[in-house]
Amino acid sequence: MSRLTGLGQRLYNGKASFNIVGRRKTWYIVSSCILLVAIGSLLIRGLNLGIEFRGGADFSIPNATCSVEQARTVAETKTASQAIVTVSGNGTIRVQTEPISTAESTVLAKSLATTCGVSVDQIKIQVVGPSWGSEISKKALQGLVVFLILVALFMSIYFEWRMAAAGLIALAHDLIITVGLYSLFGLEVTPATVIGILTILGFSLYDTVVVFDKVKENTRNITGQSMLTYSEAANLAVNQTLVRSINTSIVALLPVLAIIIVGAGLLGASTLLDLAVALAVGMASGAYSSIFVATPFLVQLKEKQPAMIALSSRVHARRGQAAKKTGAAGDDSESSGQILTTLEDAGQRQQPKKLPRSKRPKNY
Amino acid sequence: MAAPHSASRPLRSLVALGVLIIGLAVWAFFPNTEHNVKLGLDLQGGTQVILIPKPVQAGKEITDEQLQQTVTILRQRVDSLGVAEAEVTTQGSGAGAAIVVSVPGASPERLVDLVQRTALLDFRPVYTVLAPSASVAKGEVKGTKPVQAAALDTAFQKAVVALDCTNPASYSGGTPDDPTLWLGTCTKDGAAKYVLQPAFIKGTNVTSATAALPQNGVGWVVNLGFDSEGASALAEASTTLSKLPDCSTGGPSPCNAFAIVLDGIVSSAPRFNEPIIGGTAQIEGNFNAEAANDLANILKYGALPVTLEAVDITSVSATVGGDQLRAGIIAGLLGLGLVMIYLLLYYRVLGLVAIFSLVIAAGVTYLTFIVMSKSIGLTLTLAGVAGAIVAIGITADSFIVYFERIRDEMRDGRSFRQACESGWIRARRTLLAADFISLLAAVVLYMLSVGGVRGFAFVLGLTTVIDVVVAFLFTYPITVLLGRSRLLQAGSRWTGLDTQKPNKAGPIGVTETIASRRRKAKESQEEVSS
Repeated sequence: MSRLTGLGQRLYNGKASFNIVGRRKTWYIVSSCILLVAIGSLLIRGLNLGIEFRGGADFSIPNATCSVEQARTVAETKTASQAIVTVSGNGTIRVQTEPISTAESTVLAKSLATTCGVSVDQIKIQVVGPSWGSEISKKALQGLVVFLILVALFMSIYFEWRMAAAGLIALAHDLIITVGLYSLFGLEVTPATVIGILTILGFSLYDTVVVFDKVKENTRNITGQSMLTYSEAANLAVNQTLVRSINTSIVALLPVLAIIIVGAGLLGASTLLDLAVALAVGMASGAYSSIFVATPFLVQLKEKQPAMIALSSRVHARRGQAAKKTGAAGDDSESSGQILTTLEDAGQRQQPKKLPRSKRPKNY
Repeated sequence: MAAPHSASRPLRSLVALGVLIIGLAVWAFFPNTEHNVKLGLDLQGGTQVILIPKPVQAGKEITDEQLQQTVTILRQRVDSLGVAEAEVTTQGSGAGAAIVVSVPGASPERLVDLVQRTALLDFRPVYTVLAPSASVAKGEVKGTKPVQAAALDTAFQKAVVALDCTNPASYSGGTPDDPTLWLGTCTKDGAAKYVLQPAFIKGTNVTSATAALPQNGVGWVVNLGFDSEGASALAEASTTLSKLPDCSTGGPSPCNAFAIVLDGIVSSAPRFNEPIIGGTAQIEGNFNAEAANDLANILKYGALPVTLEAVDITSVSATVGGDQLRAGIIAGLLGLGLVMIYLLLYYRVLGLVAIFSLVIAAGVTYLTFIVMSKSIGLTLTLAGVAGAIVAIGITADSFIVYFERIRDEMRDGRSFRQACESGWIRARRTLLAADFISLLAAVVLYMLSVGGVRGFAFVLGLTTVIDVVVAFLFTYPITVLLGRSRLLQAGSRWTGLDTQKPNKAGPIGVTETIASRRRKAKESQEEVSS
């Protein structure tokens, strides 16, 4: 623990620094590879949709005494179609059939109850019409679009459009990875999964907002100095919030892990478990993307601004001079190779000089 | 003790929180009222049916008025089951609306019977009654759906003969029939097959239907009242029909019965004993009280302004529900415990502040659930429980943001006491922005979703608001008070904030302040002098 605190300390004052923004190509390649796998899997394997999306009937028989084969035989003779029968850790047998009517489902539930030695009201029955899934998906998609528009607006007003764009890219990144993982491992997609994925929307952006808030703070009046380029200021912000990001991710994942443990141990497959798996993947991906995707992407957008290009060349010019000076004086060269310069050089930043209003660049 | 004027602000916040909690507690536990969180059917057991209303005539829009009417009718029907706490609610509006019917206690068959299959009602003269079994030529498929045709032609007759009423699929489909066409269909128990003429009365013509036990009668009857259009149609039809011979399986055609058809299935086929002129009729049969009541309900509330498609029927037994609730609570406590241990190890005394904040947030959430159960009928579903568990992490994150800010401020050379204040000003902004996004997600999810998603979104939104309230009214003032206390002012190692003395080794940071520079100067002087 204290090691993490110590690291936090060094990260904060810049003594220890991970060059996250500068090595953005590495992260982009890593992310692209994961995204390619995710998208490829989605295209080739597709998603294993639960009965809520396909339509069908689902019977959960707790403490069943019958075998999987017996249950399947009963289900297939009664419905004259294929049935999927699975058994979960706590002895609950789950039978899934093609779409059937309510009356048929009652008949089948009774037969299953007799075969498996439980009373019929112990069985959890769910019968879903085929149109329900498209209804849910449509609503989820509507919700997604409305949310994205609102978030883009909010972030454009609170930060700026570049941050909104970078935040949304990170969000898309998280969503695709989560959905891709479901496809890759053939996990069943239920409405609870959809809930989980929609929650990631909020969570991924929450993380990004916290990092961006620090970036915003660090880059206030950045054009009024020539010590740091935008990339460096942003990198410092990422490093300064790194400990928080790690802590937050751990704290957010702990309850989700609790759900997974309890859900898998006590309930077998359930709403809780479906939800938690989607959340765990999305949260992990959200923590990664807020640091390694959102901020580098933001920097890329920002560095295209004329004011930032000018700043960058000023900073480099100044560093060149400083390097010459220290080289001539034969001083230790600690400062020359470093991103951050020593405090003696930092006098400018304490009292930033502003350009007169008339001479300021357009995007000041 | 700090001076009263500076101490008043955090104290005021704490008092405000206290008042809020006491207010909620009084409201929640007010004597002689319910003070439990209302549980959803997936947690207490029962049956839930989600219905999507569709316009009777294709291409027309459903109005909110029709939706309300439907809900009223469904509510009356469900209430006739005599189960307390049965619920009918709408979610969404217009074309995307859904109706959710929930009845505690597992009785899926009767509920579905009442709700799903009783949507379109009409009265048809019986042409003939057939045995339920189907007869088809070798190699042909038996029918499992009611058949309709404009006239009694050979194709129709063949299709009727092929209809297999011994197959449950044939009498459970419940697709609404077109009242202007002939209909070949089964009874709702599959005991017989009917060939029916076009309808003479529609369900909308029925004005009243009551089950009654006549004084000198042998069994229950259903008394019917009709509007003027229905009454004249009834008089005309009954005059013609009552002269015909009695109906029986394989008997004469046409015969003297009329069929009460619900969604294309014959629910009852009484005989006309005599012409009915007065606009009221009595249906006799071997009814018991329940059957008579059910029929009366169907007749009274049968004619919905929309057709309903049951898209999701979930039935959970009370045991399974209890198990799910227990699993949810265990997962919640485990999650809370893990988060608390982590916070305590990492932030020590401040971890205690975070733990108390979490406990208060959990308490306020619980009280709000009770109050909302009472006031707006909030029901807590499994998805909602999941939302609450996920919220633990998000709530704890607010404290982390704040504490990390305090740490940052201390690294900039401020004292713990100063850092509590200045760190808050910065953390507050981040916190509000981030929580706003969370709330936005919850609100959008809630507005545009159906079923479980809604319960989850509601709880997530609620806990986000509670998170902000607790952070502002508890975490911040308590931390400030701690900062003023002598114990922590020196930056004791128990705050978990001091593992390295700030700036001792000559910083290369860009965030050095005047205060820290002075202190550094002082420290180096001391080192020289010692």
